Amino acid sequence: MKRELLSGNEAIARGAYEAGITFASAYPGTPSTEILENVVRYKDDIHCQWGTNEKTAFEEAMGATFTGARVLVAMKHVGLNVAADPLFSSSYLGADGGFIIVSADDPGMHSSQNEQDNRNYAIAAKIPVLEPSDSQEAKDFVIEGIKISEKFNTPVMLRSSTRVSHSRSAVETGERETPPELHYEKDFQKTMLLPVIARKKHIIVEERQKKIKEFSDTFKHNYIIEGKTRIGILASGIAFQNGREIFKDDWFLKVAMPYPFPEELYKKFADKVDKIYVLEENDPIMENFARLITPDKEIIGKDFFPLTGEMTEDVILSKLGKKDLTPEFDTNSIPHRPPSLCPGCPHTATFHNLNIQKVTVTGDIGCYTLGGLPPLNAMDTTIDMGASITAMLGMEKAMAKAGKKLKQAAVIGDSTFFHSGITGLLDLIYNDSKGTVIILDNSITAMTGHQDNPGTGKTLMGDDAPVVDILKLVRDGLGIEHSFEIDGYDVKGIRTLLREELKREKLSVIVVKRVCALLFKKPNWSPTVVDPDKCIKCNLCLKLGCPAITSKDGKAFIVSSLCTGCSVCIQVCPHDAMNHANEDGMHIKDTSLADFFKGGK
Amino acid sequence: MKTIIIAGVGGQGVLTASDLLSDVLLDAGYNVKKSEVHGMSQRGGDVIATIKFGEEVFSPLPAIKNADYILAFEKLEGLRNINFLKNDGAMIVNDFVWEPLPVASGTVEYPDDIEDNLKKYSSDLILIPATDIATELGNVRTTNVLLVGVLASKMDIDKEIWINVVKRKVPPKSIDLNLSAFEKGYSFRA
Repeated sequence: MKRELLSGNEAIARGAYEAGITFASAYPGTPSTEILENVVRYKDDIHCQWGTNEKTAFEEAMGATFTGARVLVAMKHVGLNVAADPLFSSSYLGADGGFIIVSADDPGMHSSQNEQDNRNYAIAAKIPVLEPSDSQEAKDFVIEGIKISEKFNTPVMLRSSTRVSHSRSAVETGERETPPELHYEKDFQKTMLLPVIARKKHIIVEERQKKIKEFSDTFKHNYIIEGKTRIGILASGIAFQNGREIFKDDWFLKVAMPYPFPEELYKKFADKVDKIYVLEENDPIMENFARLITPDKEIIGKDFFPLTGEMTEDVILSKLGKKDLTPEFDTNSIPHRPPSLCPGCPHTATFHNLNIQKVTVTGDIGCYTLGGLPPLNAMDTTIDMGASITAMLGMEKAMAKAGKKLKQAAVIGDSTFFHSGITGLLDLIYNDSKGTVIILDNSITAMTGHQDNPGTGKTLMGDDAPVVDILKLVRDGLGIEHSFEIDGYDVKGIRTLLREELKREKLSVIVVKRVCALLFKKPNWSPTVVDPDKCIKCNLCLKLGCPAITSKDGKAFIVSSLCTGCSVCIQVCPHDAMNHANEDGMHIKDTSLADFFKGGK
Repeated sequence: MKTIIIAGVGGQGVLTASDLLSDVLLDAGYNVKKSEVHGMSQRGGDVIATIKFGEEVFSPLPAIKNADYILAFEKLEGLRNINFLKNDGAMIVNDFVWEPLPVASGTVEYPDDIEDNLKKYSSDLILIPATDIATELGNVRTTNVLLVGVLASKMDIDKEIWINVVKRKVPPKSIDLNLSAFEKGYSFRA
């Protein structure tokens, strides 16, 4: 037994190892990404991989369960929306080997477009859900989850949250269990969800849930902490830990399995107290069960605590009237530090051009979503993964019906394009869209911290993989005639190409290709310098939003330690005031212009 | 139970420093929990890590007026988190300016009264030009370890534990440089 500090995600990975899991898949998404990045440490024992999206990752895991293997699939909360279809099927199909579905929710929306509570999915799909409150539980619940999964022939959801996944606490690690023997046998009744079979399975699923409900009452991780008062706290997840800081003398019912809810255990707890506070993040899941079981009990839940955001110690205390959160110093009075595209980001030149050409841009999810913020202001919409392309089609057709037309482009990254952009592009071809699709190909899944994808040539386990060439895919594969590839640093080239394609009454695709600036090694590059005699304070370079460009005495100034020498500002400056610091400085002319206009006609 | 907050800008080594500190506290026999902010903050935004330690720790999250120590890697980030500091808490601030984008692009001014405000809200303030000292030592990237050294000098934990963890956590070829940065911080007197 070894005790070490692990993040919740590291602990989940460790749990996968110790539980004898042999297959793990995921699509990266904050706050879930590090789970598979750590499972890969055990790649000798566990096949681990990135799926192209959450649905493929989920289905691949299900295929593995058919063989009797123990499996884990991980995603962020909104990722489970993408994988919802196989999720519901998996409930009926059961799990021959244990099956853990990790959903990392994001209360407070640190890095997400919403804060949905995925325990609702567990209830809707009729599978049990476990909610760890620290790293030890994160590890233990993978192991327990596998046991529950195999015992009841059901997938088990592990609902983590940002604060569990991204906090560190001590974990006692153990040995790996020997994985079960695999034993695939063809069994039509077991693995085919035809209506005639599914009808029988639904009955089994309902029976199963009753049994798991009984189990929930005896599950050792659902437990009562005795108190000295007549006040009880019904709590789960990180809200339990936050509540423990406050309610020192009161009773607790710590719930590890909010669904199926431990009804009998709850009754015992409720008998001991007169008033119950429910501490759970986001939706009133446990609260609603509690209200049904003890309708006459005084229950303080989401009518009192906020439905939105995190259930922190401060939030609880301030709602209880025990702490005044009015800040002594008003931090809104000082400048914010918003995230921005990095120095040398290969997306900047594209957004700069979209901004000055006043294009309506349907956007997508990735680093490049930051292109919507000032000073680039070059994105109008964000819905979900892949929606840049499809939303553009909807706007275009609706406007066309009214006899109107917008100057429109869709902007999507390489990983997001693979994830769910390709199907949208098929819609554009099929429905005769005249739009322009810009695929920002930086050859990595950058936002979540540089994960490989079908365009990078490497797998999660470090093996070589074929590189999917996006230009070839759209031009030769899908037959889009007006397909182009251009260098992300070629400001004027992008400008010209955009101008022409936005005018064209035909669908076109522009692949803007240049590897992420954080990955690119730049041996010969020298930073850019500003000639103050030539700078006329037009501030055009500052509108790039490059963190390396600032101003000194009103004139542009480049922080050389940050500057990558990408040359975008050199090209943007209308007064020739910017240049590389020395002759060795690589200029845009020295790079291959990625076969400028190669694919176009 | 005590709380330490480390705040700075993405890329300054805040998370590395917080890992180092967590290991020290664990080696010193405490229970430790740490929380941090990921995601968008990697793109030049502000970063904060919270470390809580003691006999028993439940929540890993920061709370207003609850921090015993705040270690700020940049002046503005120190001020941004000042409300977390206890009335008798200690504030260690790197005397270093990293202009956020709205300042760099001329939309707003970088405040010129940061020091006044830091002094107003913290009775125990250390301002140290850590970035300058680390640069003189030979590598600006040791700024974080230098600042951890200042914190170490204010805490009641055996110096050997700190040194062992620094040796363990930093890349082998930069151990000496980091140890001298730690010493500079440890022996710093304003």
